[in-house]
Amino acid sequence: MTEMIALSSERGGDRAKRASRVRAWRKWGGKALQGVLTLFLVSILIFFATQAMPGDVAKVILGVNATPERLEVVREQLGLNLPLWQQYVNWLLGILRGDWGNSLTNGIPVADTLTLRLRNSLTLGVLALVIMLPIALVVGVVAAQLKDKAFDKLFMGTSMVINAVPEFVLGTVLIALFGTTVFRIFPPVAFIPPADMPWWHPMALVLPVATLIIGGVAYLSRLVRVSFIDVMNSEYIQTAQLKGLSTRRILYRHALPNALAPIIPAASLVAAFLIGGTVVIEYLFSYPGIGLTLVESVGNRDLPLIQAVVLIIASAYFVFNFIADLFSGSGANGRKG
Amino acid sequence: MSQQNEALPDLVQPERERSRTLTRFLSSKQVRWGIGLVVVTALLAVFGRILAPYAPTDPITTPYAPPGNGLLLGSDQLGRDVFSRVLSGGLYLAWMAPLSAVLSVGIGATIGMVSAYYRGWVDTILMRFMDVLLAFPGLLMALMFVSVLGPSPTLLVFLVVLALIPGVARVIRGAAIPICHREFVLWAQSVGIPGRKLIAREILPNITSPLLVELGVRLMWAVGILASISFIGYGIQPPTPDWGLMVSENRTGLATQPWAVLAPIVMIVLFTVGGNLIAEGGARVIARTEGK
Repeated sequence: MTEMIALSSERGGDRAKRASRVRAWRKWGGKALQGVLTLFLVSILIFFATQAMPGDVAKVILGVNATPERLEVVREQLGLNLPLWQQYVNWLLGILRGDWGNSLTNGIPVADTLTLRLRNSLTLGVLALVIMLPIALVVGVVAAQLKDKAFDKLFMGTSMVINAVPEFVLGTVLIALFGTTVFRIFPPVAFIPPADMPWWHPMALVLPVATLIIGGVAYLSRLVRVSFIDVMNSEYIQTAQLKGLSTRRILYRHALPNALAPIIPAASLVAAFLIGGTVVIEYLFSYPGIGLTLVESVGNRDLPLIQAVVLIIASAYFVFNFIADLFSGSGANGRKG
Repeated sequence: MSQQNEALPDLVQPERERSRTLTRFLSSKQVRWGIGLVVVTALLAVFGRILAPYAPTDPITTPYAPPGNGLLLGSDQLGRDVFSRVLSGGLYLAWMAPLSAVLSVGIGATIGMVSAYYRGWVDTILMRFMDVLLAFPGLLMALMFVSVLGPSPTLLVFLVVLALIPGVARVIRGAAIPICHREFVLWAQSVGIPGRKLIAREILPNITSPLLVELGVRLMWAVGILASISFIGYGIQPPTPDWGLMVSENRTGLATQPWAVLAPIVMIVLFTVGGNLIAEGGARVIARTEGK
């Protein structure tokens, strides 16, 4: 290290830049390695939590009346007689190769079921995210500018309540308002036939997407508001105001870019929130995504399907939280430096 | 006790600090409202069944009868009295949610303080372990285990606690690290007070504010997760009345008898909003005192 610093001071900025780049790479590389290790541990936890628990998978497949000989055959086929760690290695290698096993209830490959369901879930999530981000930005900025005025107080109160209630409560209230009791504009269930693309049924998507959007906006716009108030109170904005720049110019040219920095990690957190919320929302609207698949497979004790869905949701949730962590860390450093 | 105080004068101070934090918290209107909502909802959930006019599991009239005829909120999908079921439907939530919140904050805070104080490999291992748990959204953790072990209240509390611990540990670790560098901690260290005592007597009293905020946040989450599990059908099993389950059971009658769904929803909202008010009011109190 000391050698590097000495060299860089001798040869000027070029070396210093390279050294700092090397350090940044090393830091990010270390973080990435840490992330992969954590994911590995997550997969171990999922496998052992489900596979090592009491209950005989062979009995689930064949039913209670199966003869011991047939049970033995099925156990042999599924590799259930192998030691647990070997079962885990086989499972993980299978996952990495794209062989996710077969469903215990209908024998269809898990990967086939999940590609279909994953497409539906992603449609829901991406749609919600794309609509939510600009709304949250506008609402947050407006609330920040009207700080402590009536609109801001109303916003703070409403978003506090929405943030507190579970997703299914929010969704049920929306169904009561727009699907059944008060108005009957949108269908209260979002059943998508397996052969159809979800966007062929735009009316059915409205309520589930709206539930996700309202929850996400209530969360995200508060972060926007706080970060915007911080920036507007900072010295350089006050300098700009003293210089007599127009409010609009200050807002768009000076305040917004800086206020947006903490929003990148916040958006990843919202993506994580969407993933966590899908299970309940999809169940509420009978929307055929991976969340509903999980609820169904838990009822059937369909282990391969449960393991696969939990692994997908946990990995995605982890990755988004990880990105949020990474950016919020570097953002803070950037502001200090 | 008095002997110890003479020997270690610094240890007296934390007691005073703690009571000051509490009065400061109670001076916030939001916190008072939050505590009020949580207490009223919990009391209603525990003692409500005494006030219930009918047995919550007995069908007494036609399904989805509208309010009237002596039924304040009408009947549900099996013709049972909604009002009686709402009054008796919070019992499990009323003890499971606060218990999960207290346990998760207790364990999480301990992990966070130990991590912050010892740093090094202890910190690394504990935090990596927290990262692994953090990869599971609360509901997912519960569903994964319930799929194999079947629903039971004790198991659910354990799973909710497991899901909530890592968040608490991270927050408390962050709050405790600056305190570990303060003079009185360094002084106590140099006198040779063992780490366990030092954490309990020097660090803990100085993080009571974030602890109270965490208690509110985790209560809100615990109610949310537990109600959601019931709603999905893997929590409290019918015919036992339960708010989350009632929402799910009576959804099909939303058009004709909305009260069977809205009444339990109102109770869940009161409970979670109470928790969030405690958390938000508390966070504001902290921001105000730190700003001074």
